[in-house]
Amino acid sequence: MADLSISLAGIKSPNPFWVASGPPSNTAYQAHRAFEAGWGGVVWKTIGDPIVNVSSRYSALNVNGMRMVGFNNIELITDRSVETNFREIYEVKQRWPDRAVIASLMVDTRERWHEFVKRSADAGADGLELNFGCPHGMCERGMGSAVGQQPPVTERIVSWVMEAATIPVIVKLTPNITDVTFAARAARKGGANAISLINTLNSITQVNLDTLVPEPYVGGLSSHGGYCGPAVKPIALNMVQNCAADPGVGLPISGIGGISNWRDAAEFIALGSTSVQVCTAIMHYGFRIVEDMVEGLNDYLDGKGFKRVTDFVGKAVPTVKKWESLDLNYKRIARINYDQCIGCNLCYIACEDGAHQCIDLVPPDGHGLGPGRVPGKPIPQVREADCVGCNLCSIVCPVDGCIAMVSLDNGRAKMSWSEYQERVARGEMNPIPAHS
Amino acid sequence: MPISPKLGPEPAAANMADIAPCYTPQGAVVEASRCLFCFDAPCIQACPTGIDIPSFIKKIVTGNLIGSARVILSANILGGSCARVCPTEVLCEGACVVLDREGDPVKIGRLQRYATDHALQNRLSVLKAPDRKSGRRVAVIGGGPAGLGCAAELAHLSYEVVVFEKKPQAGGLNTYGIAYYKMKPEVSLAEAAMIQGLGVEFRCGVEVGRDLPVEQIRKNFDALFLGLGLGKGARLNVPGEGLPEVVEALEFIEQVHTRPLHQVPVGDRVAVIGGGNTAIDAVTQARRLGARDAVIVYRRSQAEMPAYDFEQKLARTDGARLLFNVVPLEILSGGTGHVTGLKLARTASTNGKLETLAGSEFTEPFDMVIKAIGEEKQVDVFNKLFPALALDKRGVVVRNPDTGQTNIPGVFAGGDCANGGREVVNAVAEGKKAARGIHTFLTGQQVTGPTQASRYGVKGLPVGSGFDRPIRVRELEEEHAKRQRSSG
Repeated sequence: MADLSISLAGIKSPNPFWVASGPPSNTAYQAHRAFEAGWGGVVWKTIGDPIVNVSSRYSALNVNGMRMVGFNNIELITDRSVETNFREIYEVKQRWPDRAVIASLMVDTRERWHEFVKRSADAGADGLELNFGCPHGMCERGMGSAVGQQPPVTERIVSWVMEAATIPVIVKLTPNITDVTFAARAARKGGANAISLINTLNSITQVNLDTLVPEPYVGGLSSHGGYCGPAVKPIALNMVQNCAADPGVGLPISGIGGISNWRDAAEFIALGSTSVQVCTAIMHYGFRIVEDMVEGLNDYLDGKGFKRVTDFVGKAVPTVKKWESLDLNYKRIARINYDQCIGCNLCYIACEDGAHQCIDLVPPDGHGLGPGRVPGKPIPQVREADCVGCNLCSIVCPVDGCIAMVSLDNGRAKMSWSEYQERVARGEMNPIPAHS
Repeated sequence: MPISPKLGPEPAAANMADIAPCYTPQGAVVEASRCLFCFDAPCIQACPTGIDIPSFIKKIVTGNLIGSARVILSANILGGSCARVCPTEVLCEGACVVLDREGDPVKIGRLQRYATDHALQNRLSVLKAPDRKSGRRVAVIGGGPAGLGCAAELAHLSYEVVVFEKKPQAGGLNTYGIAYYKMKPEVSLAEAAMIQGLGVEFRCGVEVGRDLPVEQIRKNFDALFLGLGLGKGARLNVPGEGLPEVVEALEFIEQVHTRPLHQVPVGDRVAVIGGGNTAIDAVTQARRLGARDAVIVYRRSQAEMPAYDFEQKLARTDGARLLFNVVPLEILSGGTGHVTGLKLARTASTNGKLETLAGSEFTEPFDMVIKAIGEEKQVDVFNKLFPALALDKRGVVVRNPDTGQTNIPGVFAGGDCANGGREVVNAVAEGKKAARGIHTFLTGQQVTGPTQASRYGVKGLPVGSGFDRPIRVRELEEEHAKRQRSSG
């Protein structure tokens, strides 16, 4: 059994799985249920001056019958009283002293920030998360992403918080920004102890083609919602890696964005996250999903020989480089395993119309009849000399392992774009001729 | 004892309910999403009408149901009935690549039903025939699947078409001869109505040669299509065949289709003689109408039984018994004037030759005997109507399989009367091919297609449409085995 316990800037948790700030962390009732299920921490639904919500609030992107591939909401921060929220945090913390309870906060003035920071610590919260990311509603009032989108404002408000903070402070960043590292560095400059990302993306998930009003529908109108769920995972991984790799940031990270299972979590950890936060998957399936997350991560760490989950944080960060560092002479090609090929020809049409026209349909002679192949039906064949190794055929192939991407040793020494530019400038080689 | 109906209206209707009901909208999308949208899909090659299956399934996923039905019906005008009666296990679904990947094919037949039901039940005019007619007229004799396939294609090619059908309603076996739990006659009649909507004229209740002289048709029409199907059920030629409880399978099934279900007489103990798919249809419907015991009596072994495996399985599931290597010698009545049983003998086949084993005779009690040993060819009918028409030694019409052209110029043929008896889908395809043959005969122009939407933008001809070169999975398996032998 690997040690799953973590400490994010001093916030201790028996495992890296936290319930993200949102509808699942709205009440003590839910926090108790989450901890009973095994979650290591709960980031409370953002506390601030109570708001009024609209009905309806959520919408989803469904793909070919698969629900909630993406998800959005126009719900605001807590609509419960400040007193209720802090009282419930206190009760939860009394009952679950070994778990992390983080108070998510969003207010406006320096005085209000000081007040809420102190009240959080008084309630027994283990840390604070500053909500500088919410992209709907609150930003119209100068809070949420309106703060996170302006690094100087981020820095100033963080510094206000740090004046009063006695517990670790996490700054939650918005992805609705050109370069997230600018905001992350501002958090660092303001004195934050950690960052969490990503908050939700501006979005419209769908338009009702009968009413021509997008969802979520509010009395004939809709609004831009915060987008999350499995579909945003690649965007989140990218931003997490950006921050983890940036020496100007240099803060521990709590990763958020489309995490649904232990594999997603492990990817976030490998790219630099110490803890991970989950919301949409809980909204879909309930708190019980943490059971497989804990078990799966444990087995994975055991299998890889990691004694502690913290040994594994950021392991993949250095493998992501600027494009100009990549080896131009590395060669990879597609190989089709005809024993597994079922004859769908998706590789052929994808390469033909969508990529580089390197797959031919040829008579099946010499390959025998694979499963499902109608007699005489042509089979796809990769022209290896022309294959650019783009991966598309292996991505569209519906049979696991049928199309392998194989590394070829072409005998050429490594040469990155930067080195190539230098060598050409020094006259050591001619420019590589363009394709006709 | 004379036989009588066994079940009341409700249990009879429940037993005869659709064996594969229509998908719900969500169920259809879930199943359709399993389709990989192959390029040059094997299922298209395995479909005798060459339906662009990936195209119609993709359109179900996107909610374009009219477009989906259009893809189906433009290739196969009887796509609604074929969705129910096709042996998809050995056609499209047998060739489905998902079958190879996970052992369970995309349910193409049921998805096809979903899309065509949408069009037929809502009476949507999915297909439109040209308004301007060429002025040429074609007579279609026989309103079954082959005749309807021919008539619809001719309508699209701007011909004036008249279908002559001797029964009161069009559709042929689709209306009168399919197991009731597979398809209700309303489906077939809706399809006929759709073809009528293309401008085809139906004259039902008209028997050519009796009500209307052939000469008149030849004079009034530029070409003629023969889709007469097969004739009466073959005779057993054993004593007792004339007893009142001895019926032909297709007669029995027609009763199921033309009477209220609770008024169809059925025996308590029913013997079905024969080993084909019609024998299965008879035995299962006898069971579902209340026969306590229903038994298939087949003279050869199980391995030689022509009925598809999945049909045999269905008969067993329905509680029917199957007797192999048993031949009827006599239908017994014990002097009562009614069937009381069968005198049977065991058989053995050596080198394909069947012999009755001496001393193996035994009797079993039955009160109804259904004969399902195939239908006779219409040699006499053809000799009377078209004395010059060439028939082969089996008695089926000789024609060019690609054009339907017979030895008489201007006379074309297709379906069971020309192929000896195959599936509905083969009859539709042959009718359609004959329509194109007629067009070429009259105008000198070739017709190609259907164009496969799933192949748009790609040069070169499709690798396969089953319309041009249908592949059955059995043939596929044989080919596979042959190659393995030659390579091993």
